[in-house]
Amino acid sequence: MNLVFSEQEQAFRAECRAWLESNVPPERLPSGDTAEGFALHLDWERRLFEAGYAAVSWPVEHGGRAATLMEWLIFEEEYYRADAPQRVTQNGIFLLAPTLFELGTEEQRARILRSMAAAEVTWAQAWSEPDAGSDLASVRSTARRVEGGWRVTGQKTWSTRAMFCDRAYGLFRTDPDQTRHRGLTYMMFDLDAPGVSRRGVERLDGDESFAEIFLEEAFVADRDVIGEVGQGWKVAMATTSSERGLSLRSPGRFLATASRLVGLYRAARGGFAEDPELARRVARAWLDAQAYRLYTFGSVTRMMEGGELGADSSLNKLFWSEQDIAAHEVALDLLGPRAEVLGGPEGRWRLDHEFALAGPIYAGTNEIQRDIVARRVLGLPRKARRA
Amino acid sequence: MSRGLRFAFTEDQRALAAGVRSALQELCPPEVVRQGWRGPVEDLERGLAELGLFELAIPEEDDGLGLGPLDMVLVYEELGRACVPGPVAEGMVLAPVLQAAGEGAASRLREGRARVSVHRDGEPCPHATQGAWLFELPREGLFAYESAEISPLEGVDGSRHLAWVRGELRPVPADADALHDHLVLATAAQLLGLARHMLDVTVAYAKVREQFGTPIGSQQAVQHHLADALLALRFAAPVVYQAAWSVHHAATWRGLHVAMAKVKASEAAELVGRVALQVHGAIAYTTEYDLHLWLKRTWALARAWGSVREHLDTIAVALLEDPPSAPVDGIDLGAPRG
Repeated sequence: MNLVFSEQEQAFRAECRAWLESNVPPERLPSGDTAEGFALHLDWERRLFEAGYAAVSWPVEHGGRAATLMEWLIFEEEYYRADAPQRVTQNGIFLLAPTLFELGTEEQRARILRSMAAAEVTWAQAWSEPDAGSDLASVRSTARRVEGGWRVTGQKTWSTRAMFCDRAYGLFRTDPDQTRHRGLTYMMFDLDAPGVSRRGVERLDGDESFAEIFLEEAFVADRDVIGEVGQGWKVAMATTSSERGLSLRSPGRFLATASRLVGLYRAARGGFAEDPELARRVARAWLDAQAYRLYTFGSVTRMMEGGELGADSSLNKLFWSEQDIAAHEVALDLLGPRAEVLGGPEGRWRLDHEFALAGPIYAGTNEIQRDIVARRVLGLPRKARRA
Repeated sequence: MSRGLRFAFTEDQRALAAGVRSALQELCPPEVVRQGWRGPVEDLERGLAELGLFELAIPEEDDGLGLGPLDMVLVYEELGRACVPGPVAEGMVLAPVLQAAGEGAASRLREGRARVSVHRDGEPCPHATQGAWLFELPREGLFAYESAEISPLEGVDGSRHLAWVRGELRPVPADADALHDHLVLATAAQLLGLARHMLDVTVAYAKVREQFGTPIGSQQAVQHHLADALLALRFAAPVVYQAAWSVHHAATWRGLHVAMAKVKASEAAELVGRVALQVHGAIAYTTEYDLHLWLKRTWALARAWGSVREHLDTIAVALLEDPPSAPVDGIDLGAPRG
């Protein structure tokens, strides 16, 4: 156990901090989940890429800087500490890329990763369908074999930023004789290809970034299939475990929220004695953010020494998503009646609270995560089916 | 060249804990825990001394093992897992202090022929049994009872032998803050161990107990209770380990870190205990079944050496005083001192 960062790690932190301090836009950008904000965020992403910060843990050849996982955590801490813009490239960099690193071909990595990190091509996930939410294996969209590729037909939904992105990825049934997890294939497709249409759906928080995607005999080339035909479920699970795990939900965001919450209490109330009950809730929210960070250090240490995250990622997801809501609830209670107002720096707490409420839903609902913890971590049995 | 941040125990630290764990399976089965409710178990005390528990923190020049809190934290956990009765953690923490102060209790403790216990001023003293060497630890220092008037109390955990103690006090040279923080840490770690045992036996029970023709552990309502119990335990443990590192190195934020550890460990153990009782059902609501021994120890230790409320206040004050004495942005883990 060593809880002192090395000189190299401290130097990396200092470098990240200095660059962010002189480059993060002084005014917060409009939400990247709107058409106007998305464009401004792409400018920011390109600056990040040019400075080598778009995907720090990636190999240099794909646009990264081969940072260690621990350095990646440090970068994320500094990124959120600096209150830098949201990452509109995240569903490419943190969701699709891990799958390509693990199961993609050399050609796919060379063609896709660098342009993804550079935000030249932007990516949306297309997992859910109207009748396939938590039960993802019941997808109905199909792919029909044609010369040089596939024709895909069906409907995808809740596809974040798909109104603004260039490309998307999801599961399609390539074998109509198979059901459930069998006969699915993982494909990437163009969002402006002939046969693809999109309809925006306003989210609860007012942003217009959800999309329904309608596919009518749209063409997908063979080179855009990831992994083997018919093995899409396995390929998708590789992505979801990295989505739920470290690659996306580093502690940086939660540490920064906890720090701002302490600041909010002090600005609104002053010292501990002014409102001890709320002060204790602030302390608890702060403590849980630290607990998440320490837990993550343990996971990262294990992974850097050859271990795997596996089903433990479900515990991460349960903890951060519930901790995040609790922290924002404390902020709203601190603001009291002013928490109704949406504008200004205080109004951000309301919007962020709305976003936090999505946490237990996306990336696998918390009910599904508890099922996974029970079966795969605790080894509890499945329910016997009655004859 | 300095090493990078590494959040894991060494092979040696894990091996020590594993050795203690297997020794405790022999030395302290549940019958011995029950025996502890009737009074001190001398065979157990001698067995623990032979195992070397009271030598761990004694410096090598005094023929001890020269280990520190970071090496001992997993051992404290094992004491909790086995629900060991008697003032064992207290003895482990106090041994080097008493040795350094030239107190007669030290050599007898190391031989397994004495038991030592300690309490905060204004609180009942645990393990205040006949012949015990008792100490009081107010903020200003460590004091030995020259003579003690012991008024026994009935406690929720009968193996703790609580009493109000009054008597003549004599100062003992010691770093009272460091000693206090080490005792809070040892209590938090025992709570983790208690929780680990309660969760293990409950998961095992849920796999075999059948109702409606299926193991109760296959029911989603039961599964989700157990998942929540594991969640609380998993996110408490690293906070306790951070405190162990901090106490070991007398690091900058030691007081804050032990407060964090006690809050998380107390709450996790109490939640796991609730789930354990609920999932077992009526069988665990008996004293014939062993679970109540672990539950009652949990209830006692969750409020010993500072309640959740007290330690939460410590954290809140550190964050909200002007200027704050805690690293508010959460990034600085604190440097070793000395």
